[in-house]
Amino acid sequence: MEPSSLPPRLDLTGITKRFPGVLANDHVGFAVRPGEIHALLGENGAGKSTLVKMIYGIMQPDAGEIAWNGQRVTIANPKAARKLGIGMVFQHFSLFEAMTVLENIALGMDASIPARALEAKILSVMGQYGLKLDPHRIVSTLSVGERQRIEIVRALLLNPKLLIMDEPTSVLTPQEVDQLFVVLRQLASEGCSILYISHKLHEIKALCDSATILRGGKLVDTCDPKVETSRSMAEKMIGGSLKDIQRNADRSFGPDKLVVKALSLTPPGAFAVALREISFSVRAGEIFGIAGVAGNGQNSLLLALSGEEVAPDHGAVVVNGDAVGGLAAKERRLKGMASVPEERNGHAAVPTFSLTDNAVLTARDRLGMVRAGLIDARAARTYAGEVIEAFSVKATGPGAAAESLSGGNLQKYIMGREILQKPQVLVVSQPTWGVDAGAAAAIHQALVDLAATGSAIVVISQDLDELLSLCDTLAVINEGRLSAPMKVADANIEEIGLLMGGIHGEGGSAHAA
Amino acid sequence: MRLKLEKRPEPSIAMQVLTPILSVVATMFIGMIVFDLLGIDGFRAVVDIFLTPLLASYKWQDVAVKAAPLIIIALGLSVGNRAQVWNIGAEGQYIIGALCAAGVGIAFGPVGGFFVVLLMILAGMLGGGAWAAVPAVLRTRFNVNEILSSLMLTYVAAQVLSYLVGGPWKDPNGRNFPATAPLQPDQTLPILVPGTTIHLGVLIALVLPFVFWLVMSRAVFGYQVRVVGSSPQAARHGGFDSRRTIMSTLIIGGAMAGLAGALELTGALKAINLGFPSGYGFSAIIVSFLGRLNPIGCLIAGIVLAVTYVGGQVAQTTVHIPNATAGIFQAMMLFMILASDILIRYRVRLVASAKPQTVAGE
Amino acid sequence: MTLDLIIAALMTVVGLTTPILLAGLGELVTEKSGVLNLGVEGMMLMGAISGFAVTVFTFNPWLGVLGAAFGGAASSMLFAVLVLQLNSNQVATGLALTIFGTGLSSLIGLSFVGRIVPPFSSIFPAALSRHPVWQVIFGYSPIVYFALIMVPITAWFLHRTRAGLILRAVGENDHSAHSIGYSVVGVRYAAIAFGGAMAGIGGAYFSMVITPMWAEKMTAGRGWIALALVVFAGWRTGRLLAGAYFFGILMALELYAKAAGFSFMPSQFWAAMPYLMTVAALTIISARGTQGANAPACLGKPFLPST
Repeated sequence: MEPSSLPPRLDLTGITKRFPGVLANDHVGFAVRPGEIHALLGENGAGKSTLVKMIYGIMQPDAGEIAWNGQRVTIANPKAARKLGIGMVFQHFSLFEAMTVLENIALGMDASIPARALEAKILSVMGQYGLKLDPHRIVSTLSVGERQRIEIVRALLLNPKLLIMDEPTSVLTPQEVDQLFVVLRQLASEGCSILYISHKLHEIKALCDSATILRGGKLVDTCDPKVETSRSMAEKMIGGSLKDIQRNADRSFGPDKLVVKALSLTPPGAFAVALREISFSVRAGEIFGIAGVAGNGQNSLLLALSGEEVAPDHGAVVVNGDAVGGLAAKERRLKGMASVPEERNGHAAVPTFSLTDNAVLTARDRLGMVRAGLIDARAARTYAGEVIEAFSVKATGPGAAAESLSGGNLQKYIMGREILQKPQVLVVSQPTWGVDAGAAAAIHQALVDLAATGSAIVVISQDLDELLSLCDTLAVINEGRLSAPMKVADANIEEIGLLMGGIHGEGGSAHAA
Repeated sequence: MRLKLEKRPEPSIAMQVLTPILSVVATMFIGMIVFDLLGIDGFRAVVDIFLTPLLASYKWQDVAVKAAPLIIIALGLSVGNRAQVWNIGAEGQYIIGALCAAGVGIAFGPVGGFFVVLLMILAGMLGGGAWAAVPAVLRTRFNVNEILSSLMLTYVAAQVLSYLVGGPWKDPNGRNFPATAPLQPDQTLPILVPGTTIHLGVLIALVLPFVFWLVMSRAVFGYQVRVVGSSPQAARHGGFDSRRTIMSTLIIGGAMAGLAGALELTGALKAINLGFPSGYGFSAIIVSFLGRLNPIGCLIAGIVLAVTYVGGQVAQTTVHIPNATAGIFQAMMLFMILASDILIRYRVRLVASAKPQTVAGE
Repeated sequence: MTLDLIIAALMTVVGLTTPILLAGLGELVTEKSGVLNLGVEGMMLMGAISGFAVTVFTFNPWLGVLGAAFGGAASSMLFAVLVLQLNSNQVATGLALTIFGTGLSSLIGLSFVGRIVPPFSSIFPAALSRHPVWQVIFGYSPIVYFALIMVPITAWFLHRTRAGLILRAVGENDHSAHSIGYSVVGVRYAAIAFGGAMAGIGGAYFSMVITPMWAEKMTAGRGWIALALVVFAGWRTGRLLAGAYFFGILMALELYAKAAGFSFMPSQFWAAMPYLMTVAALTIISARGTQGANAPACLGKPFLPST
């Protein structure tokens, strides 16, 4: 720790940024000391991303001051930020899939360094922090954790004085998270400040020295996370008290509604993960969770269940006693199988279409919106209105374009569109990804309520906390294989973490990542 | 001060209607200035190209006959463009359509009448559709870019035409000129307005836009095409087969071009020679964009383009501008409409640029 | 066949290959930056007339080549502004550029019909360039050598320089490149201009070397073949060179079909051959699916920064 008489590494005062219709940052100000790990905490849409984009020079504030080591500065672009000593690891990695690790890192450097010299520097930085990576691998062949390592190495090569980490753990296994924290603590001990953006409170308590909480673009509080409880920080973040999921404690399950038997499938596309012998069953009223690190076959599984990819074996997927493996999405829907893919814009919904037109996308056959080949626009509009009403979707009306809705509202609309069709089986992927806490709570409640009516529900999520609070049963997917299911009540986080990292069964040792 | 783009919450319908009109007007103004710079009477040229065909009633029939193939081809292309399918080989499909119609006519020899003409037209549609089915199959089975394959086949179609009219189908009484013999009188389309050249094809071109409008805006098929074009993944989620959709839009495009070719042969030209391909297939691409891929829009845009064709010929004699000028005007209209596309989804604002004083780095 | 005929045929192949090689190299660089410019044919025609006109006025073919490069690049800027600044559809805008270039070159060309231009003086001694055998190596216009030199230079630029790395990065992932701090639009302007200049020189090879005089639509669809060539080559410079010669031989076949005793098929068959073979070649390459690995991931997609 350096003496507190030094000026703060980064000092923000009155930062304001306005977008059409939104005040993304409203007079935000806080300071980060040298060597401090400072959390920036807030819900989706609280203005965290906008704020760090201004610190990294991607956007300019409309008003306010940024001081760097006591000097007032204007950060015109990312290059200027890097020159000051600010490094950033993005949530959505800014990597180039078809290029090598070395080329990716070279692109992040502002000076042209000969490939050989750069490689030597990379190897030395990796040695210093215990990171492992082959500089000549093509990025598209790397795991998510390895990709993040590229970003970290890229930032470290610039000897940063401030490292911004945007939601770095959302794609990591619990073990990988621990390794990352070791690196970050080592960096901080060497005097590098870290601005750590997250909404995972237990991580912030474990890692950070102080935390700044944003809500609706405004600064709520700067506090010491070691003193606060997770609940107190969460309530500051949400601006109200947390609502727990309400459900019947002594619920019971009916017969099997969805049975998957040895489902193997290789979807087309260079980056798709093949599913290998996946088997599980979900009973009426049960919520079945599938955990796993991104890119382990979750997308393929959703496509294989929804019917967007047809299984080679007709009996591999059984809905309500009917084999549907050989049926396509349209026919499976008529059998009672509904699904909500992870990507809202461009997969679950057509961004440029109105909510009415998006209702037609999946509800047209089950709800009789088609007569003699013509679409009954009035029926579609009525249904869209019902969904908006029942799920309190904030939209100008059924005519609003899907892309004009916020993430949370669009997700509520899509969920509602499927749930009001009363499906026998509902498969959802990442139901609350990028959604604010209010919408997330509403979505969780809706899933629990649907299960209570006797539907079987599959939730695929990378958010382990979400699965543990929502599901009755849990399995882990890794490299296209599904682990044996376990009751959530008996689940052990350590074991789930090992399964997520690819260690199957008991007695496996954690591999060096 | 600088211009700033702001996304609109909903696409502007007013701009969708307004921008094509503004594009035509802007093209007229720029054309006027450019011609004056080239030492040609710009005002006169623009008036002749854009207005004379509308004001002089004796030019109306020329406009109608020229507009018919443009509208029919553009209707088919718009369906494909909606699905993000780029068939730029309509010219070739038009040629093959006409050749197939001619082939049926020749096969029937002196026999004519309603059924023979109907068969000729159906053969045209089949031929055009089949010619487009090649890029369609190549795209959906082997992932071959349809832009390039459909265009390459246009050059091939031109050679097929050249071979047939110069060889097997050459008119024996034609003084060795490479052309087919004129069709039998009862192998041609009826004239609708006595004393003019307005044939049945013109009526077809007036009716078809409404059929296409119904299909594209009300039917599941139209919805399917729009979803596939907007986001293929969402289409799959909704249970639509993208490959089959792409295939059918290409074949519809080809069939419409083939229909236009057959109607042009049986209604207007009555024989095929080396000059038969006149670029309708390419101009129809402009029609489809100027009409904003909307069938009724295509009807209007087809008339506008036909006016510039006819007007271009007028201006050739009055102010002696070359034939190529009409092409420049058409391309300018396309540029304008593409440039103004952004106004539908974005609003342009003039904002004061708040550039800060001290700048770190560059 | 005599030696003379073989040499003449070889030289024809080299001549036919040069324009598509030039335009193809330019388009390859443009596409590597993530932009699909279908206006190659229009830019070639604009280059053909610009080069021709400059040479007519200056009597200097070297200035003519510069004029052709400028004419091609200038017309490509029309496309660039629409696509990069106004986010217009790249396919439609490229088509518009081809239609526009065809029309405008015809209009400008009217006053140049029937004019002739001075040829390039050979860059090698006459003893070599007119030698009955060695002319097959030394007997070409400087543009031919320029095209051949540009193949390794383009490859070196794309894969060995930092600017080339940035250009590929912009075509691979425009949003990432933007967030690191590279100017996506700036890089793409440069790449489009290079594509235009190369297409322009390719077009000038028709009006200044092959014929050498001006005729409407004289590039006869070669711009499209150049576009196909880029796909065929899988965005690799070495394969682009090989592909260009493959198409060059096909086009020479048409000219030599009768002489070579290929009259068992009508002449139209040989004329259609290069186009049919282009489709066949594209099918084989696309069906193998191997070219996808090297295809720029952002090809043809508009770039809208979120700021």
